[in-house]
Amino acid sequence: MTAKIIEANPTPFSRVAVDPITLDIVENALRNARNEMDAVLFRTAMSPGIREQHDAFPMIANQEGKMVVGQFGSFLYGFINGYDGEIEDGDIFITNDPYSCNGAVSHLNDWLMMMPIFHEGRLVSWAAMFGHMTDVGGKVPGSLPTDAKMIYEEGLIVPPTKIYRQGGLQDEILNIMLHNTRMPEWNKSDFFAIIAALRLAERRVRENIERFGPDTYISAMWDMLDRNKQAMGAIIQMIIPEGDHKAYFEDWIDDDGMGNGPYKIACTLHREGQVAKFDFSASDPQSYSSINFLLNEEMFKMFFGAFTINLFDPQILFNDGFYDLIEVHIPEGSILKPKKPAALSCRTHMLGRIFDLMGGLLGQGAPEALNAAGFSDSPHFMYSGFDRNGEWYQLFQIGFGGIPGRPAGDGPDGHSLWPAFTNVPNEFLEAYFPLRIREYATIPDSGGAGLHRGGNGITIAYEMTEKGEISIHDDRWLTYPWGVNGGEPGMRSTKRLKRTDGSEENIPSKCDRIAVNPGDILYFNTWGGGGWGDPLKRDAELVLADVKRGLVSEDGAKRYGVVVSRGNLDTRATESLRRQMAAKAGEGQLFNRGFETIAELKNRARRETGFEPPVDPVFHGAAAAE
Amino acid sequence: MAGTDDLIKHYEDRLAAFEERLRRIEESAGQPVAATRPGLARTRAGTGLRLGVDVGGTFTDLLLLDERNGRTYTAKVPSTPQDSSVGVLNGIEKICASAGIAPSDITEVMHGTTVATNTVLTGSGALVGLVTTKGYKDVLQIARSYVPGGLGGWVIWNKTPPLAPLELTIEADERMDARGEVLVPLDERAIRERLKVLLESGIEALTIALFNSYANDAHEKRIAEIARSIRPDIPVSTSAAIMPEMYEYERTETTVVNSYVRPVVSKYVSNLQGELKRRMGNGVLLQILRSDGGLSSAQAAMDQPVNLLMSGPAGGVSGALWIAKQAAFDNLLTFDMGGTSTDVALIEKSVARTRRETRVGDVTVRAPSIDVRTVGAGGGSIAYVPDLTKALRVGPQSAGADPGPAAYKKGGEEPTVTDANVVLGYLPSDARLGGDMEISRDLAVKAVTKISDALSISVEEAAEGIIRIVNENMVGALRLVSVEQGYDPRDFALIGFGGAGPLHANALARLMNSWPAIIPPGPGVLCAYGDATTRLRNEASQTYVTRVAATTDAKIADMLKDLERSAATDLTAEGVAGDEQETLYQIDIRYHGQGMKLTVDVTPEDFARDGLTGITSRFDSEHEQLFTFALDAEHEIVGLRAVVQGAEKQFINSETRHAGTDASAARVHATRIFADDEWRDAHVYDRSKLVPGNRITGPAIVTEMDSTSLILPGHVGIVDNVANILIWPEGHPKAQ
Repeated sequence: MTAKIIEANPTPFSRVAVDPITLDIVENALRNARNEMDAVLFRTAMSPGIREQHDAFPMIANQEGKMVVGQFGSFLYGFINGYDGEIEDGDIFITNDPYSCNGAVSHLNDWLMMMPIFHEGRLVSWAAMFGHMTDVGGKVPGSLPTDAKMIYEEGLIVPPTKIYRQGGLQDEILNIMLHNTRMPEWNKSDFFAIIAALRLAERRVRENIERFGPDTYISAMWDMLDRNKQAMGAIIQMIIPEGDHKAYFEDWIDDDGMGNGPYKIACTLHREGQVAKFDFSASDPQSYSSINFLLNEEMFKMFFGAFTINLFDPQILFNDGFYDLIEVHIPEGSILKPKKPAALSCRTHMLGRIFDLMGGLLGQGAPEALNAAGFSDSPHFMYSGFDRNGEWYQLFQIGFGGIPGRPAGDGPDGHSLWPAFTNVPNEFLEAYFPLRIREYATIPDSGGAGLHRGGNGITIAYEMTEKGEISIHDDRWLTYPWGVNGGEPGMRSTKRLKRTDGSEENIPSKCDRIAVNPGDILYFNTWGGGGWGDPLKRDAELVLADVKRGLVSEDGAKRYGVVVSRGNLDTRATESLRRQMAAKAGEGQLFNRGFETIAELKNRARRETGFEPPVDPVFHGAAAAE
Repeated sequence: MAGTDDLIKHYEDRLAAFEERLRRIEESAGQPVAATRPGLARTRAGTGLRLGVDVGGTFTDLLLLDERNGRTYTAKVPSTPQDSSVGVLNGIEKICASAGIAPSDITEVMHGTTVATNTVLTGSGALVGLVTTKGYKDVLQIARSYVPGGLGGWVIWNKTPPLAPLELTIEADERMDARGEVLVPLDERAIRERLKVLLESGIEALTIALFNSYANDAHEKRIAEIARSIRPDIPVSTSAAIMPEMYEYERTETTVVNSYVRPVVSKYVSNLQGELKRRMGNGVLLQILRSDGGLSSAQAAMDQPVNLLMSGPAGGVSGALWIAKQAAFDNLLTFDMGGTSTDVALIEKSVARTRRETRVGDVTVRAPSIDVRTVGAGGGSIAYVPDLTKALRVGPQSAGADPGPAAYKKGGEEPTVTDANVVLGYLPSDARLGGDMEISRDLAVKAVTKISDALSISVEEAAEGIIRIVNENMVGALRLVSVEQGYDPRDFALIGFGGAGPLHANALARLMNSWPAIIPPGPGVLCAYGDATTRLRNEASQTYVTRVAATTDAKIADMLKDLERSAATDLTAEGVAGDEQETLYQIDIRYHGQGMKLTVDVTPEDFARDGLTGITSRFDSEHEQLFTFALDAEHEIVGLRAVVQGAEKQFINSETRHAGTDASAARVHATRIFADDEWRDAHVYDRSKLVPGNRITGPAIVTEMDSTSLILPGHVGIVDNVANILIWPEGHPKAQ
């Protein structure tokens, strides 16, 4: 079933030649419109996740639904094809159901709003935006239950629905949605903030059409799509060799929060003619817990394109134009394409790991362009409860680890791998939540050693000042962010809870409803980025500088074969240590995962992490993946 | 859908108003205590002579304004890069001589300076030490964790090291909570020991930026005292004094940049002030233009130089705004071309676009500024031909003020943009540059011959090539502020000023399709004009966070009254009589839980009548207009402010004569210029003899004391009622 688009004016658009200056003006005006959408949203949204961290993504698409400016690629095409109903001027659609939009959003927390933009009776563009709501109901605060077995446990499901019909807000529907969340005020404000951003996009699109005329505007968008297709076509030819040889890479999610793991994702890549082919058939089947990730194929194409084009032309306004040049196969029932009603809320680990996987897959053909691992996760921290005045408080916060070592240089310490994301200022946290942040610092030596050092992870010491409960979603506590080209892996993540009675406990990477009391301190330590290149070749003066800055310890400097004592470089000892280490080192590996086999890794899990190793997952219908 | 469009229109208007208010909020945040700072009381002789001074890379421009009769005098002298104040003082001598006054007759000096910017751009600032709260020494290292670019932007991005090096960062054992209560008292002994080491490590400035200090800065102040007791010679900046706002990273970074530029700026301003006082008497009032176009006292400038990063360019934009207001143009691209660089900005509906932060090079701070983009191309930009590619390149190397272009006869030999202008006859050899400088066409030709020989073309072709390439660079900058912000340059006029702007304005307007090209009177001193015409105003503000339900009308009214008194005292001291003062209250308010705030303006009378109920209902309707929705959430007051300002100065323009279109009376002599591949006959006009209504048909050259304008073939210049030359394409409907 395809949606029926109601247009008062049936005149088709005709493609006209657009001069390069006009094309640049349209492109820049759209880029600016997108930035303005963000600006309006961040000013009026209330939840820290959107307001401070920017967990929301705007998009403007052409009238066919192809993204012309935005970040996560267009899911509109799928929506238009799948929506059983009419689309007309004044409508705005909302959905948060991954299963009804083919993974356009991948868990219920993301409220996606889509608005067709009409001009003189014709559909001329689409604007869309999704944002992560702090809470959408379900069994736990934050709506990301580790132990959910079905999506129904994760909150209210809204299939594609007209929340505005011919310009009028459907209050009753919104009311139902707001009544099913623990944070109605935030969701309401965030909802209207997104609507305001869409309206701004509509205004800008109409201005462009008034200025250039509909045919020129529409043609300019087509030209922009073509320009990307050409650029990506060249890039694909350049970085993916044609032929029968298939590049292969695999990586893991450590566990599912229920004691099972690791879960493997794996992919092959080869090129046939113009077309790059990604095949995820060797990935594990879907999990019984909520770590499944419904990966939209189009979105994966966008990940691939955005990731690679940065190396060639970071200024380009990236869009959907090149989708025909890529084929993606993900088997039904796999952990990347689970069947309804599998739980999906904690897909964040897989979402991050896809990028490490892609890096490892693409980099094998060009080791100089290969980055280490670090796109390992978005560490989540949630804290909620009733304060002493009986008022409900609820925080959802995303943390950051170390950026991996890269061909371009060292990985920055404690920075975001996600575009636009920022941390929540600690003063803001203290002003609005019953928390004190005792320490906010990089963790020395957590970045993998390398010619280019992996970025250090961060330690955040949260002191709770009210009774409440915390939830954590994190990974890379067992497997490491790998190093490349001789670089070492980054340090694992850890979580320690220090109680007021002096007792301390290790907190697992995925957990809900850990009770906390005033004065308890949680040390949330994120992973470091993997190292890039041979650490013995790093300039000893740079290592010394890192020691003086507290980013590497004197002990940690030895990983580089550098001897620093009481703040001074011991040149002679360094030369001798480097000679010894070089003699011992074998052939440099392309990838250093920090373990030989999963079994060997599990054997040392308890000793190194304090936790029993996860047990091998059992899949139902395991045949699906074979 | 008309309803929606109206709503959005409203929304946009409100957004513009909102931005303007944000600007004002931040402006006040920049100097929150100016009104109450002791030692700022000044006396004013009241003779009404104001001097605007703009120091550029090549020339120092001065404009003397007599407020009593609106008369102006201008002067232009070479800049003295080793110590800019020397050039300023030379200029003062010159302008006083030409106006026939004694320096002591000048009561106010308003100054735009690029000292702070240059310090950041050249990396020549102080070595800064930093004190943070225990657990926060990595505050600049981690920053906001933000990586620029889209998905995968981290692959190519390298972070620049913090301006306060991590190895020169120490932690203080102390802690405030978010309400400003002491959680951990300051361990004075420990910090003293650490400071002793840090202060002897070679640092030249110290920043103290403690966690939650926006709520209570007692520990910051105490540590500053201790630091001063150890090393009184090292300047200390404390974060709550520089940016009394929440957000530890932004406050720390802004304060560190303040420290970074402070020794250089302080030395400059205090030298200048000392010399001014020596010549003009102790009563002279020196004020420095801030990045946002406001004025700062000399002391505030020395304490908070972070607000001066865009001071120089702000003068030009202020001057352009002033001209635009007189000539009734609402939408303008400003184009300020000097000797070493060019600044462009966009003015829409008579408001210059501003940003909430200031960016200089890689550095971003929380200080509001006019959105000015700078390209490293000016009259002194050097042209060269790389051996390998045989391409013609212009800049970014510049001959600067010394030795300057070859034509200036000061020993320069490299071909510059100015030399190309001379070769083509655009800058006639009898043109006056600041009155005293001579131009040698022979030397210019000799220099440009280096290019023509390398490319085996004629010297005229080489010169025209240089001009075309440098114009293309300018177009790039103009596109940044217009097209790339979604503005169509065809909706804007282009105003060209600075020493070289009037030579290039016509060509740029043609490239951008922005008509007319406006050449203001005294284009070389427009920045100084902007400096001199800025309106005096003062504010006093206070951060006061409370839910509306938890306070009363009476309490707020008392607080506002106190702020008003405080702001008015200083303005009165500056000579603005009480009955010339206007007061406006501003209340920053939001829904509890929101991050942004709106500012509701209210007169003292209206607040007395409607109280806080009036404020909250105004806020709700503004929020709805601005963002399309209102909430039934609790209201929270965030800050209070009283703004007191003097009446706007009206300067009478002396040009009131109106004559016919015939400009022949202003012709000086015939000349020839090379344009569009051939030599053409043209005339040189004396600008001082042009009168409103005159038409000058291109090609033509118009010379005046400090500048030379070029009207290209096929264009016509029309003198408007306020003595601007408006250049239009011949046959343009508005050129009749």
